[in-house]
Amino acid sequence: MSKVVKGAAEAIWDINDGATLMLGGFGLCGIPENCIAALVKKGVKQLTCISNNAGVDDFGIGLMLQQKQVKKMISSYVGENAEFERQMLSGELEVELIPQGTLATRCMAAGYGMPAIYTPAGVGTEVANGKEVRNFDGKDYLLEHAFKADFAIVKAWKGDTFGNLIYKETARNFNPLMAMAGKITIAEVEELLPAGQLHPNIIHTPGIYIHRIFQGINYEKRIEQKTIRKKV
Amino acid sequence: MALTKEQIAQRIAKELKDGYYVNLGIGIPTLVANYIPIEMNVVLQSENGLLGMGPFPFEGEEDPDLINAGKQTITTVPGSAFFDSALSFGMIRAGKVDLTVLGAMEVSETGDIANWKIPGKMVKGMGGAMDLVASAKNIIVAMMHTNPKGESKLLPKCTLPLTGVNCVKKIVSDLAVLDVTDIGFKLLERAPGISVEEIKSKTAGKLIIEGEIPEIQF
Repeated sequence: MSKVVKGAAEAIWDINDGATLMLGGFGLCGIPENCIAALVKKGVKQLTCISNNAGVDDFGIGLMLQQKQVKKMISSYVGENAEFERQMLSGELEVELIPQGTLATRCMAAGYGMPAIYTPAGVGTEVANGKEVRNFDGKDYLLEHAFKADFAIVKAWKGDTFGNLIYKETARNFNPLMAMAGKITIAEVEELLPAGQLHPNIIHTPGIYIHRIFQGINYEKRIEQKTIRKKV
Repeated sequence: MALTKEQIAQRIAKELKDGYYVNLGIGIPTLVANYIPIEMNVVLQSENGLLGMGPFPFEGEEDPDLINAGKQTITTVPGSAFFDSALSFGMIRAGKVDLTVLGAMEVSETGDIANWKIPGKMVKGMGGAMDLVASAKNIIVAMMHTNPKGESKLLPKCTLPLTGVNCVKKIVSDLAVLDVTDIGFKLLERAPGISVEEIKSKTAGKLIIEGEIPEIQF
């Protein structure tokens, strides 16, 4: 059975209202642009989205927020998005903020088949409310559970027809972790190659974790904070 | 004269040692990178997945796949490495990062820090700050000594939601350099021309003053 699908619309065909999704990316870097556009087009609603950030007003997950498709957002940082803030303060949007390393490691735990992890992040803060605290060697840690997601949607640089993936630079971020963590994982790639064309030494995500893959189109790769230095 | 943001960064750079791996937060901490002595080998960690962060790119050379934790376009230096977010916080949690510099809204005399949330006003999230402060061996806070209303940010107890407890080791403010000790803020240095009396009046938490307090040297 081939993992290769024609495009984003086919890749997300069975994502329906109320699904829990993981979406890779850090800010707008390494986000699955094609699948987000397809989800907006499909108009699925009541989604729970696990993603480090929530995009900006008119790009990334911000596009789904505009259409009020998101019921709950689980993120570590959600600045830079006025519509997000409006929906959150009005109570339309439920938001769970969690430490970034906890977010990453809860994805990793899911992909490693571990039900939970202990982390010191958030000990003594409101993040610890209601959580089990355990002391190891004199230091307190919080018990944090592995995520459960119906779908993980990730963006890679190159992939092959077996689903093996490599990521580019800091566009890697949460993508390989979420790729491991979805019940169904969809990968969109800038370049899809026949199996065997990517050297086994350089694979970041082995294809076993990937269920559907396609070559994306028209990547905008918007830069959130263009910062340059002057030539002297 | 109170220190400028650049001077705060310059003073913090004096805490760097050859071979250090350093994580710099957003704001004043980012400026510390401009004052790393040229002969010193310091590797900058960006928690979105990079060791060996270089300066900002020149116009036209920016790469959308290469950003720092503040989402700014950056470059890499020779010997850099990319990794995923779990590994990034893994190295932080495992204590491999030698120094973390971050900003704060409040610090308590016991080293608690609040820098992520003002209830009802600012709810952007903690990002990686809670992970960093929970695990870093050495945390320096870079901040103004008082808030825009003129109220002390060095308090007996934080009033805002905490980011971490009992973790800040040192503060470099626009007025002073202080260690956070078991018995309170210990004044080490004062900004040029700033009196001990002024620092005292602007420090709400317990302040320990022993002997002559020298001016900050750059």
